[in-house]
Amino acid sequence: MSDMDRVVTVPIGPQHPALKEPESFMVDLRGEKIDAVRMRFGYNHRGIEKGCEQRSYTQDLYLVERVCGICSFAHSTAFIQAVEEIAGIELPKRATYIRTIIAELERIHSHLLWLGVAGHEIGFDTLLMYTWRDREQVMILLARLTGNRVNYGMNTVGGVRRDIAPEMIPEILKVVDSLEERTKYYIDMGTREQTLIQRLSGVGKLSREDALRLGTVGPTARASGVDRDTRRDDPYAAYSEVSFKVIIDDHCDVYGRTLVRLGELMETYSILRQLLKQIPEGPIAVKAPRRIPEGEAVSRYEAPRGEDVHYVRGNGSEKPERVKVRAPTLANTQSVSKMLEDGYLADLPIVIAAIDPCFSCTDRMVRLNEGSGGEGRTMGWEEVTRYGVQWHKARGLDLSKIKIPGGGGA
Amino acid sequence: MMDIQALATELSTRFALPEGAVKVQRATRLWVEVDRAMFSEVFDYTVKSLGFTILCTITGLDLGADLGFIYHLARDGGVMINLKTRCPKAESIRTVTSYFPCADIYERELVDLFGARVEGLPTGARYPLPEDWPEGEHPLLKDWKPKTTEAPAPTSEAHAPTSEAAKGAVSE
Repeated sequence: MSDMDRVVTVPIGPQHPALKEPESFMVDLRGEKIDAVRMRFGYNHRGIEKGCEQRSYTQDLYLVERVCGICSFAHSTAFIQAVEEIAGIELPKRATYIRTIIAELERIHSHLLWLGVAGHEIGFDTLLMYTWRDREQVMILLARLTGNRVNYGMNTVGGVRRDIAPEMIPEILKVVDSLEERTKYYIDMGTREQTLIQRLSGVGKLSREDALRLGTVGPTARASGVDRDTRRDDPYAAYSEVSFKVIIDDHCDVYGRTLVRLGELMETYSILRQLLKQIPEGPIAVKAPRRIPEGEAVSRYEAPRGEDVHYVRGNGSEKPERVKVRAPTLANTQSVSKMLEDGYLADLPIVIAAIDPCFSCTDRMVRLNEGSGGEGRTMGWEEVTRYGVQWHKARGLDLSKIKIPGGGGA
Repeated sequence: MMDIQALATELSTRFALPEGAVKVQRATRLWVEVDRAMFSEVFDYTVKSLGFTILCTITGLDLGADLGFIYHLARDGGVMINLKTRCPKAESIRTVTSYFPCADIYERELVDLFGARVEGLPTGARYPLPEDWPEGEHPLLKDWKPKTTEAPAPTSEAHAPTSEAAKGAVSE
């Protein structure tokens, strides 16, 4: 028996460098080729559904927002929509617009983050540096609008907690314009740069039939020609009041998944411009009861990674009887083993990364301990940015001079 | 609304469902409750004849003596049928993995978190509880309580900010 016929099983995970989240893959290899993959998940199970049953709806809103570190607003909104449907609460128009604006800004930061991770996984770290630098613009904007970079705390039963001030609208548009320029640059690069095209083409193949059969969702499904998007199919918030294209692609590989996300970014900029132009005046929330009546509802939400499904059952008290969360990554896991089959081991990180499994990015508030005394001082992100630039300057590296097209200064 | 009303009528007539078993919640949400004996038949019809070929997830419920199951089925166009059934805790339901291979992970969740018995579920790694989780403990059952529910209250001064540090933060 030659070495190429021997099957070797390589355990990858639960802790390993390719992914920032714990998952376990047992990979059967024949030479460099993957024969089969067995996956084991659950290492991040934190009992949030049980936790929700023991807390009030308002507390749950904050707990559910922490299901994911990236699409936190997606989970918070998916949950609250179900609660509002049970309670029969009609949201003020302005609140639905604000929810949609935050949702789309979240999509931008998520997709740009993904593009950077994808670049990193294929050894194209310049792309990581570029996209994550661009992404800062939307992170800073989200922090200005909501008070935080992720976990925005914007939702409340019956509306949103913060209004968008009129003077912020040109600020949002400025970021949209700048990021649109950058995205055009990435699309230009993505469609012309042969190294990138050849590295991603034919990698992690998933046929349309398999995508449908395995219940794949989001950009992963759309890159296999599945024409589905909850924002269009079962509109929520203010999506029925804007027009946009659902981006689908028939490459059925990682390259296609890249093009879909880039195309979706362009649609998001257009959605944001429409929302900001049409946003009506008025209240941002209605008063909601503390007790939610008996009843049940299912809410669907097109998160950056695919559809979030939340089921909520109320029993007439202040606490829900049952909360069920289905995040898109769970729906996409089955397609991953299909994508890996017959592929090369070296493609495993980018194939897994291409479904965009999520990992956490948290607040940038930093507590500095000066010396060993333990006396601390707290810095906001603006101060941290200045501190970072100064720190590098003192060591001979002036980051403030670096300019990238459309990217602004440090 | 017409589309969903037609669906509701079709299901209740075809399977002679009792009044109240089919509820239209809104234009894209239909709730259908069926007896366990006819679940497979209604499920088969919903998937194969009505074209509800997307299984969004399966929700488990602890209903006292019974476990409740909701199969959230969708089709292109946004309509969702939430097909409900129930089954005594000691008895088993049939797997739907022959219709939806992706049901595998949702059914394993029901097994781990509710102690549901799912007949025909292919063997595979459990989900989502750890391998060494104690036998017979199912966290989403209503009478299951976590061993520790409260974090111990901070007692030592190390937990509280010192007054100087608090002042320092304000002055900056």
